[in-house]
Amino acid sequence: MLGSGFFIDPSRCIGCQACVGACAECESHRGHSMIHVDYVDRASSIATVPTVCMHCENPTCAQVCPADAIKQDEDGVVHSSLKPRCVACSNCVLACPFGVPNVLVQIEQMMKCDLCFDRTSAGLKPMCATVCPSQALSYVPPEEIARTRRETPVNTFVFGRQTVKTMNYMMAPAGAGRIEVDVVDYMWEADR
Amino acid sequence: MSGTWREEFPVREGDERYVTRRQFARFLVLTSLAMFAGNVWILAKSWLGKPARSLDMAIPGAALLPVGGSVVFDYPEPGDPCLLIRRSDHEFVAFSQKCTHLSCAVYYAKDTDQIECPCHNGSFSPRDGRVLQGPPPRPLPRVILEKRGEQLIAVGMTTESEG
Repeated sequence: MLGSGFFIDPSRCIGCQACVGACAECESHRGHSMIHVDYVDRASSIATVPTVCMHCENPTCAQVCPADAIKQDEDGVVHSSLKPRCVACSNCVLACPFGVPNVLVQIEQMMKCDLCFDRTSAGLKPMCATVCPSQALSYVPPEEIARTRRETPVNTFVFGRQTVKTMNYMMAPAGAGRIEVDVVDYMWEADR
Repeated sequence: MSGTWREEFPVREGDERYVTRRQFARFLVLTSLAMFAGNVWILAKSWLGKPARSLDMAIPGAALLPVGGSVVFDYPEPGDPCLLIRRSDHEFVAFSQKCTHLSCAVYYAKDTDQIECPCHNGSFSPRDGRVLQGPPPRPLPRVILEKRGEQLIAVGMTTESEG
């Protein structure tokens, strides 16, 4: 769908896993789901977060790949690793600030969300956005998001000294310009 | 992460300048297949395309041709030049005017009694069209002539084997 953007709103996620099931139906990676739905704090909350690839403008996963196996196409979509090149070193898994890439050990290849490029290039929505009942994952024109949501779509993230600009948007509280993540602070809290 | 190797192996597909071995192999295979298909097409066309037609056509001006003279006419189709030569009062011969080497227009040289090609000094016999010298690989295709009354009629083409 020309002119549409991908908008992720974790506050709307109900943890139904419909996106996980639908993702596995995608033609380009049939049988393997590329979405993670995680509980934020399983002990105290039922809140869940869907994680799909943000398709960074300067993808960290591709920058750290020693085999030149991860490529970004003309539309800005960052693809799964190229099978003949991938050495399953997991550099991308460790480097991605969003925790997206997944190395399939059985086939020794990294696979990740590719925005269902076979569908989006043909004018269809990605599988996950098609089935999400609460539209926590939605693929619509930006004007529609501005008209129907209170939150602000944000595509700039700051991880310590690294600033990442992405093609996909995260819905943040109204007025937020960017999302800053203090990774070390999170790790410190996790230790306690 | 900038530097020479990143310039040579860019993340964006559109920035890639190098041809991969796989792309090159695919190019070779597809080009070879295209050339093979083209040759098959040419072969099929030459086998099936042109049915042998015997088209009778009067050659204009044959009766007015002096002995030792020659005239060009189109046979069997317009744009297929042929050369009619009057060798004696009653003997006419006609051949395709396209040299079998590179299709230059041949002419009849009366003083040497040969059909000569000016491009590469090939020459043919005006008796039967066979190659006398030079690079042409085959004899000239001959036009079969018939005399009907006063008219000279071209009735077909034949390609004689050399020797």
